[in-house]
Amino acid sequence: MLSKQQAKVFFLGGTLLFLAIFVGMSVHSLMIGIPENTNDSDITEEVILGKQLWDENNCMGCHTLMGEGAYYAPELTRVYDRKGAEYIRTVLNAPNGWAPRGRNMVKYDLTAEEVEGLVAFFEWMNRADLNGFPPEPSIGN
Amino acid sequence: MKFKSQKIAYHFFALSMLLLVLQIIYGFIMGFAHMGYDGLHELISFNTASATHKNLLVVWILSGFMGAAYYIIPDESDSELFSVPLAKLQFWSFAIVGVIAVAGFHVGWWEGRKFLEIPRPLDFLVAGNVILFLVIILMTLIKGKKSSTTAWVLTMGLVFAALLYLPGMIYFDNISVDSFFRWYVVHLWVEGVWELIMGGILAYLLIKITGVDREVIEKWLYVVVGLTFLSGILGTGHHYYYTGGPSYWLMIGGIFSALEPLAFLGMTVFAVQMYRKGNKKHPNKLALYWTLSTAIVSFLGAGLLGLAHTLPGVNMYTHGTLVTAMHGHLAFWGAYASLVLAIISYSMPLMTGRNIFDNRTGRLAFWCSNIGMFGMTGAFAAAGVAQVYLERIAGYDFMTVAKEIEPHFFVLILAATLFTVGIIYFIINFLKFGRPTDEALKSDEDFEALKAD
Repeated sequence: MLSKQQAKVFFLGGTLLFLAIFVGMSVHSLMIGIPENTNDSDITEEVILGKQLWDENNCMGCHTLMGEGAYYAPELTRVYDRKGAEYIRTVLNAPNGWAPRGRNMVKYDLTAEEVEGLVAFFEWMNRADLNGFPPEPSIGN
Repeated sequence: MKFKSQKIAYHFFALSMLLLVLQIIYGFIMGFAHMGYDGLHELISFNTASATHKNLLVVWILSGFMGAAYYIIPDESDSELFSVPLAKLQFWSFAIVGVIAVAGFHVGWWEGRKFLEIPRPLDFLVAGNVILFLVIILMTLIKGKKSSTTAWVLTMGLVFAALLYLPGMIYFDNISVDSFFRWYVVHLWVEGVWELIMGGILAYLLIKITGVDREVIEKWLYVVVGLTFLSGILGTGHHYYYTGGPSYWLMIGGIFSALEPLAFLGMTVFAVQMYRKGNKKHPNKLALYWTLSTAIVSFLGAGLLGLAHTLPGVNMYTHGTLVTAMHGHLAFWGAYASLVLAIISYSMPLMTGRNIFDNRTGRLAFWCSNIGMFGMTGAFAAAGVAQVYLERIAGYDFMTVAKEIEPHFFVLILAATLFTVGIIYFIINFLKFGRPTDEALKSDEDFEALKAD
């Protein structure tokens, strides 16, 4: 029968082993995997501005990006492909706030430079390799 | 209660109750908005309600954990708390930082990082507060007359939870890297070190309520928390499938995520077996209900519903849909919310001397809130599965689908109303206890005697 000491060794040993593996995989992901998949070298000042606006305005509080967010507004990982840059500009510049089918988006007073930052951010996001996400509809539009 | 200083736990439990009520109110605002009624949009937009709802959850659960630690650690180490004035200072600073954070969300002072919306300047105050809390707990343990596995597992959980907050404070230009470290905090909290805290509190409750020998309970505590880390650490990989990580996370994350329910199953078997072995003489039936339900519902919500969509082939379609909300609600409710309600139900009679062990209000609180939460989970499941088929498989536009699934949110609100009734009953009982008193000192000696029979 398992003793308390053996159970303790199982806990501490297992934790240390899997933590070491996790740290190793994290280092590889951060140094090689993510920079390659996300075209890290293409992150310009404009993209950074877009990312900062995404954070500062808590866009994730309604939308999802890379599938992460709040499920109240559309997934935007491939919005640049799906809708195009001009559509994104129209949404962000809507004078009374965007309200598709009665669902209100917060109205933002963005400068032209900020709008272009967000467009650049979505264009950069659009090119990221996310292991096949989001999936193509199998039945069709 | 053995020591006067344990009374400080009451402050944290009262704060938990207050924040839980606020969390529910913001949940209703979101539910109505999903149904198409967002009349408060100009005042409280959806992203404000969303950040507030999630952060209130984190703060009230943490407040409950802190209260639990302030109650359990003196008892387990057989000494007064290191410093009551410092604990009071820690409580008030914690509450004030929480209020500032929530108020800040309403004026756009936040960061768009799910569950970690608190802006970085406030993060430093949070870190300072948690360091003060840990100093009080560790000093109590060090100067204590006794040392127990239960106390150390609980404390390790609290220390690691504090350390893991740090990666979330670093800024990155690449949103994928930002997300990578955000999951260091969120995943390794809820599917890692918070389970240590859960295991510690659960072991304490089982020792007290079932009367089973401490050595037996603590041995299985090691096994359960061992399973947690064995599966949970690499299980973080399920957050790296589709967020820019290398493809090997699909396999590693898939395998270890599929093992994660084992830890929760271990928790369930652990609690139920100890209850069966126990002498069933402890009169606090409400604490027993909550203790067993947290062990069982955590397995259903965190374990089984997590497994339902964690494999990469399934997650490709469910990731970023309401299916996640289905899993999230029952998981948090079962594993952590019910656990806090269990320790409150156990400790309040001992701190106040009012023996509310098994009354109608308490039973209604238990059944209404649990049935309500299962109803909410069902509504989220129906909405989520419909969303997956319509949007991800049939290719309909997001807003077309959002309109189609609005009726599910009506069901969600009905179930949430029942849940709220349960929580109101729980709070009525909480208020009936009144405030802790020194007259309740030694009140648990009668129950200690039950073990010897």
